[in-house]
Formats: sequence, structure tokens, C-alpha cells
Amino acid sequence: MGKVGIIGVGQSAFVRGYPGSIRELAFEGFRECMLDANITTKDIDASVICSAPEYDKQRSPAGVFAEYFGLTPQPTFYVESLCSSSSMGVRLAYSLVKSGLHDVVAVVGFQKMSEISSAESQERMGRGADIQWESPFGTMMPAYYAMYARAHMAQYGTTSDDLALIRVKAATYGQINEKAVYRKQVTFEMFSDPESPMSNPVASPLRVGDCCANADGSSCIIVASEEKAKALCKKPVWILGLGAASTAVNMAGRELFTGLIVGEQAGDQAYKMAGITPKDIDVAEVHDCFTIAEMMAYENLGFAKPGEGKDLIKSKETYKEGSIPVNVDGGLLSKGHPIGATGGSQIRTIVLQLRGEAGEMQVKDPEIGLVHNIGGVGLYGNVTILGR
Amino acid sequence: MAQKKKEVDDRFKKFGTVTFTSITKINDFIDKLEQGKVMGTRCKECGRVFFPPRADCYQCLKSDMEWFEVTGKGKLVSYSKLEFAPVGFGDDLPYAIALLDYGDYKVFGRIADNVPENEIEVGMEMETVVNTLPNGQLNYVFQKA
Repeated sequence: MGKVGIIGVGQSAFVRGYPGSIRELAFEGFRECMLDANITTKDIDASVICSAPEYDKQRSPAGVFAEYFGLTPQPTFYVESLCSSSSMGVRLAYSLVKSGLHDVVAVVGFQKMSEISSAESQERMGRGADIQWESPFGTMMPAYYAMYARAHMAQYGTTSDDLALIRVKAATYGQINEKAVYRKQVTFEMFSDPESPMSNPVASPLRVGDCCANADGSSCIIVASEEKAKALCKKPVWILGLGAASTAVNMAGRELFTGLIVGEQAGDQAYKMAGITPKDIDVAEVHDCFTIAEMMAYENLGFAKPGEGKDLIKSKETYKEGSIPVNVDGGLLSKGHPIGATGGSQIRTIVLQLRGEAGEMQVKDPEIGLVHNIGGVGLYGNVTILGR
Repeated sequence: MAQKKKEVDDRFKKFGTVTFTSITKINDFIDKLEQGKVMGTRCKECGRVFFPPRADCYQCLKSDMEWFEVTGKGKLVSYSKLEFAPVGFGDDLPYAIALLDYGDYKVFGRIADNVPENEIEVGMEMETVVNTLPNGQLNYVFQKA
């Protein structure tokens, strides 16, 4: 069986209030990807469309997009796993190609979140948790992650200051990523400045600065068989490892509250499949929907021992020049988090890094990169390991 | 002859400030709440204990459950006090969501409004009690044990 490669990547700018419809938004990521791959729609056998559906008025967007992209009559269908939808789409594309059913598959992720208010958005996001037993208590995503933050603090002595450092890092790179929704600097001092919105409490112990920004955006990844990848692409990036896991939707059904078990399980699977260890990762994108989520990812992925994630950020080892650069494109915190587009955007960043095409964000000569993408409050976990 | 109108058992709509589910096979949970009891289910076949309660056992695939009462003290696993709320919950602010560990099972709910935040500590012992919300709806909250 041959390898499976990525031959094209693209994403729209992540913005607030995209001035167009979902098909037009999705086309932006698709077009950039097609120009990157330098192929035609005839080269693509199938498309997989990914989003979290509760934001869309359009039912079954796959068919609508396929027509808009010129990808009919090829098969197209929809994949959903909340915030990890497009990583799950790439996992599916891998299996479609590996099975020999298709040779070249386009995975398009999108989300237009701005059509509803922030409070409505929190309510819908909260409904990604257990609507029968937890949502009636008034839950929302920041509060769930805040419970993980509180447990991590109680167990390991992690502080709000440690978490603030993660946001400061994200903003460092958000400023140089032209695709990012939040391009401004965030300083450590802002978190203790009552005049700064960053210091406003959201759900204790998390503050505004600990939370990612909602955004509209799209991404596209083209996955191909080894034969097609070599024929169509000068610098294919190979999928070396894949991992995916799920856990209890409700907090009451879980055991671990200082980390996301699905991130750990998906990571272990992906490392095993790739035949590597965490030390082999040269650059990573992790799911930092909240600062605590990045801290837990360091530990769940083996970049730090449990409880020692704070040392990694304090010593700046996850900055571009450090031993394990993480989210040097601004992450979800500054780049923005258009749910269905996020996994594809993370994969795009790592592919550009491995090709040496990440511009100002480029880390030095990486050979292996990792993408960690979580759906819901650690309900779904996907890890994808890529190599040159 | 006119068909008799089918009665809908939607008791569960009384659960929580805003509910998103009204029809479930464990609607008796609401009657128990009205009697001041928070209850989970235990599979009569294999003995597996479930909280939140469920109608079906995935371990032995049977649907023959008995109720048990959540009693005694649980340990506070974690909590968060919300300063913003989803649509429909704004009047409840500020409130804290939390998780108690009873050993055999865990209970997710809110911390009672009368527990000052500076007295809340991870690991502390708390009890689960039924609570009537200002809008007449029912839920349960955690009190200091």
C-alpha cells in the first residue's frame, strides 16, 4: 500500500462578519488551495465538506458547494465532529484514498459564525455538550474549560499568570499572520489591567484574554494517493500518522479533569502509526480554543510531563525559536476559530512549515509536524502527524 | 368514532432554567425531584450504577432499571463561576457550575447561591439537594456538607 499525501492547502482570511454567503466563504479557501495545488477540478474524484451544522441555514451544504466549486458529478458528502470536523474530514479522505476508492479528495471546512449573536453562539456551542443533563444548568464552552483550568490549578499549582503567557505567545504570531482575525499585541500586563478587556472575567478562572475569538472562515486540504501526489505535486507532504478518539459527553462520565483524554489517546495512536515519539516533532499546531487547552495539549501530547506544561511556556520553549514551537501562526486564540475550518487551517500551517513556505512564521527546517484538533469539550480528539 | 388524543409525557421539561429535552424514558426523575430526591438508576441485571440516570444499560443491553438516591457527601472535582451566560440564563447570573465525585458516580450541577465563592475549594465535601428555581423549574445544587 502506498503513502497518502497532501498536495494542496488553502484558507480564507479569518474575519468577523464575512460579507458573503457560506458558498462564497468556502470558495475562498477552495480557490487558494486549487491555486496552491495547481490542478483542475477534473483531477479531484470526491469532496468532503466539514462544519458544525447548527450555524447554517442551508441544509446539506455538500451538494451546494460541489456545484459552486465545479466538483459535480463527483461524489460529495458531509462530515461533522464539532470543532475537529475538518481533521476528521482529512482522516476520512485518507481512508478513501488508502482504500483505493478515490485518488484525489478535497476536504473543505467552513464556518460562518457571525450570523448569530455571541450569546446565541454560546448557547449553540454549549449544546455541543449534554443537552439533557448539563445544558439546563446554563453551561457554555468557556465554563467547561474553566473547570479543567481550575482542576489543573488545584492539582499542579498552575496559575492564571501561566495561562496568560500562552495568550501573549499566540498574539505575538497573530500579529504576523495576515490570515488572523486578531492582529493586535497582547501583553502580560493587560491581564491585570482593569481597563483592558483582556482582564474581564468570563467564567472563573478564565478571562477574556484566555478565550479564542469567534470568526468566519474556510479551509481546504487536497489529499492524494502516492502515485498522484508524485505526479501532480513538487513538494507533497505525507500523512505519517492519524489518531482519533471520543469520550463521555457529560462531565459526570469522565475520569480525567487535568487533561483531555481524547487528545492523549489520539496522540498515542498517531505516534504509534508514524513510529515516532514526541521528541521527534519539530513544529506543532494544538487546539488552543482556550489558554488552558494549549497547556493541557503540551502534557497530553508528551511535550511536557503532566503538570509541567507551565514550565514549557515560562521558558518560551513553545515559541518559534524554542525546542517545540507550538501555534506559531497565532493559534485559535489570535488566528480565530471558525469551527469547521479550524482543523484544515491547522494542517495548512504545518504543511507550509514543512515545505519551508511559512514566511515570517517559519521555524528552522522542520521535518515532522503535528496537528492536534479537539471537538467540543474534549468530546472528540484528532491528531495528525505530517512529514516531508 | 373520534380517536382518543394521545397523552404526551413531557414531565422532563421542568428540568433546569431552560430545558432542551421534554420527552425521555426516565421522566420519573422529575417526580423524584418533586419529592425532594435526586436519583440515579441501577441496572437490575448487572448492577451497574448510572448518574445521570439512564433507561438503558450498555453493559448488558437490558432496560430494566431501579432508582437509587444520591445521598451523603461528594468531593468537589472542579467548578467555575460564570460572569456571562447563554441565552435564557442571564437572570441566573452569577452562578457556578460544578462536579461532585461520589466514588461510584459523579454529579454535575450548580453550587448553591448561598455558598460564598471564597469558601469554595476543590476537594471539599458537599451534598446534592433539590432546588426550585425562581421561574418554578427544578434542578439540584451543591451545599457545603
